[in-house]
Amino acid sequence: MLEAIEGSAAVARAVALCRPQVIAAYPITPQTHIVENLARFIADGALRCELVSVESEFSAASVVLGAAASGSRAYTASSAQGILLMTEVLYNIAGLRIPLVLTCANRAVGAPVSAWNDQQDSMAMRDAGWIQLYCADNQEAIDTTIQAYRIAERTELPVMVCMDGFTLTHTLEPLEIPAQEQVDAFLPPYRFERALDPMHPRSIGTVVPPEYYTEARYAHHRALLRAQDEIVAADADFEAAFGRRCGGLVSVDGPSDARIAILSIGSVIGTLLDARDEYPELGPVKLIKLRSMRPFPADALQKACAGLSDLIVLERALSPGGIGIVSAEVRAALSEMQSPPRVHGFAAGLGGRDMPLELYPHLIAAAKARPPVRFSIVDVDPSKVAEEDR
Amino acid sequence: MEPKREGISVAALHHQQPAFRGLDAGHMACPGCGQALGARLVTEAIGPDAIIANATGCLEVFTSMWPRSSWRVPWIHSLFENAPAVASGIEAALKAQGRQTKVVVMGGDGGTFDIGLQSLSGMLERNHNVLYVCFDNEAYMNTGVQRSSSTPHAAMTTTSPRGETRMGKRHLKKDLLAIIGAHRIPYAATATVAYPSDLRAKVRRGIEIEGAAFLLVHSPCPLGWGHDGADSIEVARLAVQTGFFPIVEMERGVVAGVMKIREVRPVADYLRLQDRFQHLFEDSREAREELQHLQELADHNIEVYGLRADEPHPRDSEGADTVRRGGMRWS
Repeated sequence: MLEAIEGSAAVARAVALCRPQVIAAYPITPQTHIVENLARFIADGALRCELVSVESEFSAASVVLGAAASGSRAYTASSAQGILLMTEVLYNIAGLRIPLVLTCANRAVGAPVSAWNDQQDSMAMRDAGWIQLYCADNQEAIDTTIQAYRIAERTELPVMVCMDGFTLTHTLEPLEIPAQEQVDAFLPPYRFERALDPMHPRSIGTVVPPEYYTEARYAHHRALLRAQDEIVAADADFEAAFGRRCGGLVSVDGPSDARIAILSIGSVIGTLLDARDEYPELGPVKLIKLRSMRPFPADALQKACAGLSDLIVLERALSPGGIGIVSAEVRAALSEMQSPPRVHGFAAGLGGRDMPLELYPHLIAAAKARPPVRFSIVDVDPSKVAEEDR
Repeated sequence: MEPKREGISVAALHHQQPAFRGLDAGHMACPGCGQALGARLVTEAIGPDAIIANATGCLEVFTSMWPRSSWRVPWIHSLFENAPAVASGIEAALKAQGRQTKVVVMGGDGGTFDIGLQSLSGMLERNHNVLYVCFDNEAYMNTGVQRSSSTPHAAMTTTSPRGETRMGKRHLKKDLLAIIGAHRIPYAATATVAYPSDLRAKVRRGIEIEGAAFLLVHSPCPLGWGHDGADSIEVARLAVQTGFFPIVEMERGVVAGVMKIREVRPVADYLRLQDRFQHLFEDSREAREELQHLQELADHNIEVYGLRADEPHPRDSEGADTVRRGGMRWS
């Protein structure tokens, strides 16, 4: 049954359905509603769970680390500065191979201060060793949250579920909330093989000398690459159980003979779908949704891009002085193809700037550029920029 | 053949050791390391049903070099500044699972007084059922003896050296116990490796209490303090007997008991044994001033905590000293 519900409230419902035993978080816009909702479930007795109201995001991440290491299913959420404050712990959670789920309500990183959406925060954590899944809409945010626990617990890797702040977190729409029994069947109780237990004492987080460090990192890298299978399987099994899917690692929408495609991540996919309907005269265009940023699905991406002449990458974060975060990786992955498409890299929608339908014809026109666009911020208004920076 | 040392049977001594020690032999601590001794005493008092969260520092490094570990209890090291938060998470998980296992944090003064103070404050404010043990060796020893906010005034470290214009550390040792006390937790105490039975009793008290408990354990570092490793206990004992490191207990932030000093010794007796204070014995006005300053700090401790004993007591600075006096375990 569909319910009209806000994105944050929906994610809180999804988290509660996963029966977490420990939740720790620190308030930050636009994540706050998620944790407020969970606190209410606990206060009302609807969710039996230890809520640890910590003094910082740094401690929030540390609390869930300790909880999951002790064998409890754990959850936290944050945004922007909060994610960055967690940085050291996020690397540590991943390096210790502790499975847990974090929702990143994507928000721009200051300075300049912005409470609004882009994906700079999670992109800054790209190399932390976490699985990163991006949600295109709020139904995907619910479904990905439930899938994330299964993926985390099977791979012993933490999963960051990324949903655009405000665009998704604060938007009310009709959503399907799964039934508890269905979720219980999909997600068996958490059992952590290496849990802290006096009957089987282990040392976790030891000093690893150079003779072993490379192997430890290699194993982590391999685990992330292998996680691609778990991400695909979780989505397929979820579809079998719930009748919906989120698009595995990467998914393609559009006519198979289209030679042009736009690849993006997160909620802008919905805008692009509408825009394509709005501008049919611009010809056939595929839309490629990159759901998994880590592991980076190079093989699946090559398949998705077969037969394309031009691929436009639209991303919502910036590596200042670089050539695009997502586009550089996409370009590198596709370079192995027999005849790779030209890759045009764009950033837009930084710090909550709207990405209107009119962006679409602009992007399609840019695909005619020769040589291809290496990287450009597509929605800059030069009149607002100092002379020397134009 | 059984190893013999000066007529002492090592096997017989080993037999006298407690049945379980969470921190076992074979680690890489320096000879005479106060923290290694302290950690062993603490784990003996806790017993096997415990989980230890260890902050980054010497203890973590010298006990856990992969693929070996000296820990016989479940042990986790995450980061330098988050051990109290990790322990909070462990405790919350145990509560959710209905388990009674004790959660203990171990950290040094760097992790406790400085970089981890925020997460420690959070853990205490939420009153998690965790015993926090800080092994206070009064500087960043793991990185090579740099000053911490716990380093005593005028002590030399590599970042508070004696120079033409400086007499060692310029600032005072942070009064951490007052900060801990301000959280009004059920139990907080200081202890030292020189008085093992007092330390053990306080650990047992700390773990029996429902809620947060804090223990500050004075732990000599022969390398950082510049004394012979064989003198660690003597140095730690003098810190108590001079009033330099007061041994006190607090309940809900109120002083509830102290270890009285039967014979108060001059602070110079304590300082003279350590290289980090040698510059205070130079023939200069600055040296005399700083020496006097440290004496006054010790006198102040004696005054505010009421450390001077009126009459001998079995638990004062002489009576509690069972190791030197050959009492109890070693008789």
